[in-house]
Amino acid sequence: MIATEAHARPNAAPDERYYTYAYLDEQTKRMIRRAILKALAIPGYQVPFGSREMPVPYGWGTGGIQLTAAIIGPEDVYKCIDQGADDTTNAVSIRRFFATVADVATTEDTSEATIIQSRHRIPEQPLADGQIMVFQVPQPEPLRGLEPRETETRAMHAYAEYGLQYVSLYENISAYGRIAATAGYPVMIDERYLMSPSPIPKFDNPKMHMNPAILLFGAGREKRIYAVPPFTRVRSLDFEDYPFETQSWDEVCALCGANDSYLDEVVLDDQGQHMFVCSDSHYCADRRAKGHAGPMAGHALAHIETEIAVEEA
Amino acid sequence: MTDILERPTSVTATDQAAPLLRVSNLTKYYGHVAGCLDISFEMRPGEVLGIVGESGSGKSTLLNCISGKLAPTSGSIAFNSRRHGLVDIYDLSEPDRRRMQREDWGFVHQNPRDGLRMRVSGGANVAEPLMNLGRRHYGDMRQATMDWLSRVELDLGRVDDKPRNFSGGMQQRIQIARNLIHNPRLVFMDEPTGGLDVSVQARLLDLLRELVRDLGLAAIIVTHDMAVARLMADRLMVMKGGHVVETGLADQVLDDPQHPYTQLLVSSVLQI
Amino acid sequence: MTQEPAIRVDDLSKIFTLHNQGATSIGVFESLKLEVKPGECVVLAGESGVGKSTLMRTIYGNYLPSSGGVFVLHDGVPVDITKAPPHQVLEIRRRTLGYVSQFLRVIPRVSTLDLVIEPLLENGVALEEARERAVTLLQALRLPEAHWDLPPSTFSGGEQQRVNIARSFIRGYPVLLLDEPTASLDAANRAIVVDLINAALAKGAAMVGIFHDHDVRDAVATRLFNVSEYKAAA
Repeated sequence: MIATEAHARPNAAPDERYYTYAYLDEQTKRMIRRAILKALAIPGYQVPFGSREMPVPYGWGTGGIQLTAAIIGPEDVYKCIDQGADDTTNAVSIRRFFATVADVATTEDTSEATIIQSRHRIPEQPLADGQIMVFQVPQPEPLRGLEPRETETRAMHAYAEYGLQYVSLYENISAYGRIAATAGYPVMIDERYLMSPSPIPKFDNPKMHMNPAILLFGAGREKRIYAVPPFTRVRSLDFEDYPFETQSWDEVCALCGANDSYLDEVVLDDQGQHMFVCSDSHYCADRRAKGHAGPMAGHALAHIETEIAVEEA
Repeated sequence: MTDILERPTSVTATDQAAPLLRVSNLTKYYGHVAGCLDISFEMRPGEVLGIVGESGSGKSTLLNCISGKLAPTSGSIAFNSRRHGLVDIYDLSEPDRRRMQREDWGFVHQNPRDGLRMRVSGGANVAEPLMNLGRRHYGDMRQATMDWLSRVELDLGRVDDKPRNFSGGMQQRIQIARNLIHNPRLVFMDEPTGGLDVSVQARLLDLLRELVRDLGLAAIIVTHDMAVARLMADRLMVMKGGHVVETGLADQVLDDPQHPYTQLLVSSVLQI
Repeated sequence: MTQEPAIRVDDLSKIFTLHNQGATSIGVFESLKLEVKPGECVVLAGESGVGKSTLMRTIYGNYLPSSGGVFVLHDGVPVDITKAPPHQVLEIRRRTLGYVSQFLRVIPRVSTLDLVIEPLLENGVALEEARERAVTLLQALRLPEAHWDLPPSTFSGGEQQRVNIARSFIRGYPVLLLDEPTASLDAANRAIVVDLINAALAKGAAMVGIFHDHDVRDAVATRLFNVSEYKAAA
């Protein structure tokens, strides 16, 4: 899966070879791969790396793009999602970027993809052995909000002093009567390192536990890479009397009728009309294609999504 | 009504006890400038030691060295910890020392901003030491927090307010609760009433005095205020130019000072 | 049978050196010897300035002597309070050696009742019992009940003095130092204090006192001790 040597895009004209394969130069990719190997060897540990300037601003997923660039090869099948959807501007742009610079096939089908780059979701379709998920991370340090000193948070990780992380959960219960944090919910990796799962909804946290796929996390601005290797224990923090819980909905997906997926609320008009739909656009489309229908099946929104998907394909 | 009949108390038992803290020949240089020089003393469980002296006398350097924040140039600081017994704190590995600090010590700073997390609520500030010790039951910790807030006479209805919404005196009470909730063996206090109005200061001192007595707490209090020293300390060390110039029973040092500098210090206190 | 003295002052000398006034030395007394047995009340005599209070404070461990020692019988063992480590001095004061000064060191905000029961609490007496004893004593000293929950800082001199006395007599210290305990009291209250002192003496307490009031002095003194005999050479 990892390209071992530079090679030009075979189908590009010679005068168009402005970039090395997959955009980053080979030395940078080697440096990032070393960081990835170290991150996989120490699950949950934040490995510093020399994050490069990218053709998109920090905060648009430069960490994830650099990870993908370092591991992608021409045989890969690439999927990119933004908040679960394949068809948002960011996802479409990044997918086109790699189609152009890495000459890879792209897909929206979770099971077909070998590399799935994601902004803040894990697909509903369970991942399989051999797949790699790449997460974009704005703030890799889960303790940062409570402890501004990097020297101190590093010491806390080194000595596994994680009492402080519970302070945020404590605050949550005091304020809301339950642990109300919904995204970026902190996890313990293999009972050793505290890790921020990136701002995925806590709904997705259990999916990381003993997952057969490789989970890679890249923070471009903060210059950190970390990883969860396949089949690693991932535990969401909680209190004895306030156990970890994921979000749940009273509704099912208005379009596909799914009752087991993460739902987004969509406001339909100014009169308070709204619907809940799957955040994972491919999962929803797939279910509809298989004949599942929700209470608002056939709604105009469903057609728009389908049209774009068709156009892309 | 004046029968000589009292219950036996634990204080006599401590007479034979190992020292809580033993500082030997402690010296700290900043480059070629001396912070404190050749300081030796012992503390017993339940004892309150006052360190007095003017700014620059070396009392803060001494406090920072003893409390593990600043490695001394030479000399040793042995502390009788729950986990390791009497050990030189700088011989412990860093994680062991940090754990000992969490388990056995408290540190009340002059400025609450140095001792509190300003971004989290007062209640969470108080509960944090328990979480640092591995407690994971919210309800129990909440109860302990409430108990301590009432002990330091804070309005329980404000438990979830951020420290910045409290007055200076109340912030200091939160800091005190935060540093006592985990039942420390030794509490360091650096000018605990320093930045407060006189009336607030008096109330806080009463509270501290009461807590120290009720808990049999050992404490090291650094202050330049002789009134604070008299009210709080059993024993005083007077510092000047990095040296301890006089040490002894607090009221003796204040009422019958022997060293010229102590005499000057005591006679400089304004009477009202 | 020779009884062990509760207080033995041994060759005690006290010279004050005022370093900030040209290292002036002020000699107070020299080679002073005094023994006080249980049941005795030794009243210090001599004109004012002769060093009665200085002697008293030195016995209490509050002043440091220039030479000599003060042995206080603590748990049956004579301990030199002038050389004992601070924690032991505090322990002796807590359990053995009481001191009634002329002035009450008022602590802001601490109520009269809390102030009076403090010596009992420090000695492990339960709060309930301590309060009962304090109430009995404050009633005997005729301190108005309305005052009990107030800090004594606003009280008159005589009222403060009675709080001070209550604090010192609430538990039976085996050794008591009395520095003008009746100074600002009226006759009726003086009589109550005299009764308290005599009751304590009857129970075997040893006392050293300073009384300017001759009636009180005669009522409690078992003998007089003239400090001026030991006046330091000028």
